[in-house]
Formats: sequence, structure tokens, C-alpha cells
Amino acid sequence: MHRIMAMVERDLRRFRRSPVLIVMSLILPLFQLVILGYAFGGTVKHLKVGVVDQDGGVPAVKLRELTVAIASNARTFETVSYSDPGQALTALRTGRLNGVLTIPPGFSRRVLAKDEPRVALIEDNTDNFVTGALAASVTGMVDAYNLHEPSTSGIPAAATLDVVEVYPYVPYIQYLLAGSILLSIFTMVMIGGGIIFIDDKARGLHEGYLVTPITKLELILGFNISGALKAILAGVVLMTVGSVIAGIPNPFDPARLLRLLLVVVMTSVALISMMFMLMARMSDPLVPRAMFGVLNTLLYFPSGAVYPTQAFPTWMRVLSKVDPFTYGVHALKSLLLKNTGFGAIAPDLLYLALFTAVTMTIATMLFRRTL
Amino acid sequence: MSAPAIARDVPRETAPDVAIDVRHITKTFGTFTAVDAISFTVAPGEILGLLGPNGAGKSTLVRMLTTLILPTSGSALIAGADVVTHPDDVRRAIGVIPQALTSDLELSPRENLSIFAKLYGVPRDRRRVLIGELLESVELTDWADKPVKMLSGGMRRRVEIARALVHEPRIFFLDEPTTGLDPVSRTGVWDMLRRIKSERDLTVLLTTHYMDEADKLCDRIAIVDHGKLIALDSPTRLKAAVSGITSLEVSFAPAPPNWLDDLTRLPGVDSVTGDGSLFRLTSHTGAATTRALLDEAADRGVSVESISVANTTLDDVFLHFTGRQLRDHLEGPAAADSPFILRR
Repeated sequence: MHRIMAMVERDLRRFRRSPVLIVMSLILPLFQLVILGYAFGGTVKHLKVGVVDQDGGVPAVKLRELTVAIASNARTFETVSYSDPGQALTALRTGRLNGVLTIPPGFSRRVLAKDEPRVALIEDNTDNFVTGALAASVTGMVDAYNLHEPSTSGIPAAATLDVVEVYPYVPYIQYLLAGSILLSIFTMVMIGGGIIFIDDKARGLHEGYLVTPITKLELILGFNISGALKAILAGVVLMTVGSVIAGIPNPFDPARLLRLLLVVVMTSVALISMMFMLMARMSDPLVPRAMFGVLNTLLYFPSGAVYPTQAFPTWMRVLSKVDPFTYGVHALKSLLLKNTGFGAIAPDLLYLALFTAVTMTIATMLFRRTL
Repeated sequence: MSAPAIARDVPRETAPDVAIDVRHITKTFGTFTAVDAISFTVAPGEILGLLGPNGAGKSTLVRMLTTLILPTSGSALIAGADVVTHPDDVRRAIGVIPQALTSDLELSPRENLSIFAKLYGVPRDRRRVLIGELLESVELTDWADKPVKMLSGGMRRRVEIARALVHEPRIFFLDEPTTGLDPVSRTGVWDMLRRIKSERDLTVLLTTHYMDEADKLCDRIAIVDHGKLIALDSPTRLKAAVSGITSLEVSFAPAPPNWLDDLTRLPGVDSVTGDGSLFRLTSHTGAATTRALLDEAADRGVSVESISVANTTLDDVFLHFTGRQLRDHLEGPAAADSPFILRR
């Protein structure tokens, strides 16, 4: 036991003297949380929409008033009036407009005659996010316009859906927080675990302790315990600082913090075991650096950290199923966004425990005590 | 080539007074034989130097003896323990200074020593006393609590010497202990090794490609080349084995074409190396060769810029046994100078 603790002490003392490593391991996930959280979490606003009224009747004027109301309040788009549809389309094609709303001749007559009145939205569809936001806003506007038209029978013309949300609104930055905590753990596992391990090996540092009577198991446990402790530290920092930055309600609830800590510990142990398995036979210091980007993409994006896994194609859902990030992210999201109890995260913890057992067994088989 | 003075006779049973007993030890990597059936013994208290160029197999041999790699065949007993069957007994008996500087740079010398003392299971009280003594012994007391990265190369090597002694081993392995150090630091390390060796009654096996290091430090020298043990004896006896040989170093301005062939034909010449204007000759009839060389140069109208006659060196010994000069192998930068040394 004293040899394991000596290995852990050695690694943690070195870690404490490497402020650059500590900061770099935390900065990437924090930056990612803030930049991506705000970049993707915001509502699309201030789009430019040309309005071509070829009708000019009272119902058309009422529709135009609704566009002005949106421009003044929701600000999803601002309107520019055009009398010539050709000019409006030219402005759309040259990028000065994001869409053109055309009220065709005879619109008012059809409204009054209840003869399927139609308006057209011509969009620049090169940006899906803009297209989606604009179409949703104009559709909502037309729905609102329809509500003002009384039904002849006094019964609504179509069924309506009332949506009830169980939890308060979740901004994207809160949605992203679970992934950022995983990313901080992974970054520390990569830099503080894998890269340092291989650099030490390449510099010959391993020779120093391989000539001592330390056993293979003591070496493996020493490496993994110190690596896990560093990763847990990174995860805990992101968990607390990130919760405050993202505005998680009641971030210091002790019961939730304890459950979060359990997930962070289990995830850290799983990822350091995986890293040790990958590095057990490696000696080239360039390899872990090259692997960093590849593993980051392979583990982070399929996990559901940034986008729901239900949207993935089949092959990617398979990847997501075996990815330990998926279970860490799911457990952390359950606790951070829904403050669920232990039961909701138990399957995630079970998978992480199994993943640790498998990767640690393989790592132990691959690890050689000799050079 | 005449028969060298080699002490190759290995006893069948390990005598109690043998610290290191190596028998036909061999290491192959695929089809490449790095160490080829080497046998030797080292007596307690002796300093044995393995001398040879880079790539001769010295480090591979030391790594086998220090349990870092397994031999392909043969055996080695260190302090009576077999390196393959009882590696932990070997590890407890030996202190090792690898070729690369392996101290943790972020830690202080005291912390480095403390971690290793814990790895060897040295009791807390003994640890505290011993670390203080060792730091004083390697003259690092004033630097004991500074990070190792602030120390010079020579001081870092001294940290490693102290670290390798932290469990009070009986046998000390040093793999090229002064490679990369400046001449002053090298001399300092030599003095320190001599003192520590006598204070602690250590048996030392070191590898080097520096002839002066082997000459000044070692009781006996084993010349290793291409994985084979070429000769093994004291520096004095090795040089005596090639006595009568004179080395001439001659500079011409300029040397005519085919001059090397002409020099080879001079009376008494054993070998000629060199190109351009500087040539090195070995001769078993030094005076006659010198006269003949000057006559030949005068006849051919070649101007002799300088001529020096040298006593027998270990380089001559190496040349005598291998047919090549040791220094020819050392022109490139040593692998240890690189910050990254890829290990097998």
C-alpha cells in the first residue's frame, strides 16, 4: 500500500507544481461552455423580411400590421416594404433580405369569401437555422391572424394543442453543462493522465521506478488513482463553477452535490481506465496528442452532450450506446436539469462501473512491468 | 590479431565473493542480436567498466542485469539472486542510475529521494536521516528543497546518484553517468563516485563510451562491440597487451592522392586511418616508421605540418581488438542528448 501511495504522492506533487496544466485542463471546457452555450442558446433575431403587398385591402393591411408588431416586440425580423416583387426578389438573392413575404392580389377578397386565402414566404434557405426561425415566426403570425377571423359555427376550425412543460425553461448553456463537465474530466485524463504518462515513458522516467521492488498491480493502481483524483478535481471545479455560470437553480443543494460527485467519480475512474488501456503499450509521445482530437470527437459529440441522440443515424446511435460519455452526460443532465434521485442515474452508474471493469482488466493484461 | 588478455574463464558455481555473475547472456530483438552470449564476473568492491561505442549493446546488457528487460537466453546472478526468477531480490540489492536523467523536475531533490525511499519501503525514521546524509554526501544540501529543474546537469546527476543509494544497495549500476555533462561536471561526478564507492563499500558496474572515464574510474574494463565481449582486464594490462605499439598523428599540407595507401606500405605500420590532411598511424616499430614517413614525405615533396607521437591509449586498445577506433563511432550526437529517448 505504501508503494501505491508513493506513486500517487509523486504524481499529485508534480500536478500541484504545474499550474499551467491545471489551468489549461479547466479553461477549454469552461470556454466551450460559455462560448457554445451562448452561441447556440440564443434566439435568432433581427432578420430582414421584405413585404410585398399586391392586394392593398383591409385584411392585407391587418396582416402587415402583425408583421410590424413582431418587428417591434419579438424582433425576430424587421420589415422592409416593397411595391415591386422583382426588386424584393433581387434584394433576397443579393443577401440584403432573408425572406420575402408576398400578399398576392385577391388576398382580401378570398379572406372575406373564406376561399382559402394564401400568403407566400420566399426564403433564403442556405442557413437552416435562419430558415427555421423565420418560418416558425411567420407561421405563428399567420396562426394569430387566423384566430382573429371568427368561425361561422362558433366552434374552432381546427384542434389546438396546449403544451405543458414539467420543468422550468432550460437555456442551452444549462443543457451544455453536463457535456462540459465530462469534457473537463476527459481533458484532465488526456493531458494529466495519458500525455504525461507517455512523455515520462519516452524520457525514461519509468526506468527509475521499474528498478524498484514495486509490483505491476501497485504501479497500475498508483497511476490510476492519481489520474482519477486529478480528473475528479477538474470535474468538481466545472460542476460548481459551471453551475453558477449556467444559472442552474439552487446549485449548492447538498444532496444533489453528493450525487453529482458520485457521477464525477465514476466517470473519472471509467475514463482513466480507458486511457490507461489505450496507453499501456504506447511509447511515442506524439500518439496521445494526435489521439486527443480524435477521441474528443468520438466520445463527446455522439454522447448527446450537444444534441439529442434521438436525432442520430443508426450507426451513430450504436456508437452512442457504447460511449461512456453518454452515460455520464445522461446522469449529469438528470441531476442538473431535473434534480432526480439516485434511481434515475443508477443504470448510468452501472454501465460506468462495467466499463471500468472491462477496460481495467484489458489494461492490466496489456501493461508490462519491463521496458 | 594477437590473443588478447581476456579474463573470460567463468566459474561454474557462483563463489560467495562474486557480486555479479553473468553467464552467456544474450538478447535478441527479432533477427538483431544486441547482446551476444556475454559472460563475466565482478568481485565485491570492484568497479567494472563496460566500454564501447553507441549501439554496442552496453545499455541492453545493463537493462537485463537490472531486471528492466528479460534476457533471451543465458543467466545473471546479482548478489546471488537470479534476474529472471528473483527480480525483486535483485531490485532490493541494486541501485541504478539510468542513462537518461530520470528525476522528477517539478520535485525537489529531497522529495525525489523521499518518494524512492518509500518505493523501497525504507522506514520513516531511517528515511529522514538517510536522505539528509545522502544529500550532504552529494553536496546538495543547499539545493535540497529547490525544484530539480533549477539544477544544472551535473547537479541533477548527483541527485540521481543519491536517489539510487536511498535504500543502501550493495551493487551500483550506472549507465553512461557523465554523458552530456561538461568536463568540470564530469570530473566532479568521478570524484563523487570514487568517494561514495569507498564510503559505502559498493560494487560498481558502469557503462561508458569515454575512454578517460573508463581509464580513471575502473578497476577492470570490458570492451564491448557489436554485442560481444571483446576483452576484459585492468586498464594497465589491456594497454600492456598492445604495448610496443606507437601512435603517430601526422598533418600534411596537402596530402597527395592515394597517400593513405602509401602510408600503409611504410615499414612497421599496423594501421592507418584518416583523410584530408590528418592521418593517424599505429606502428610496432615506432622510430623506424617515423623516419621512413619523413623520408617518404621528403621524397614526394609533401610538407609535414605537424607530427606527434602518443603513448598507448584505450583507443589503441579498442583499435587493436576491433580493428576500428572508438572515437569514429562517437562523432554523431549521443542519443542521450535528445530530450526524448524512445524505449523499446
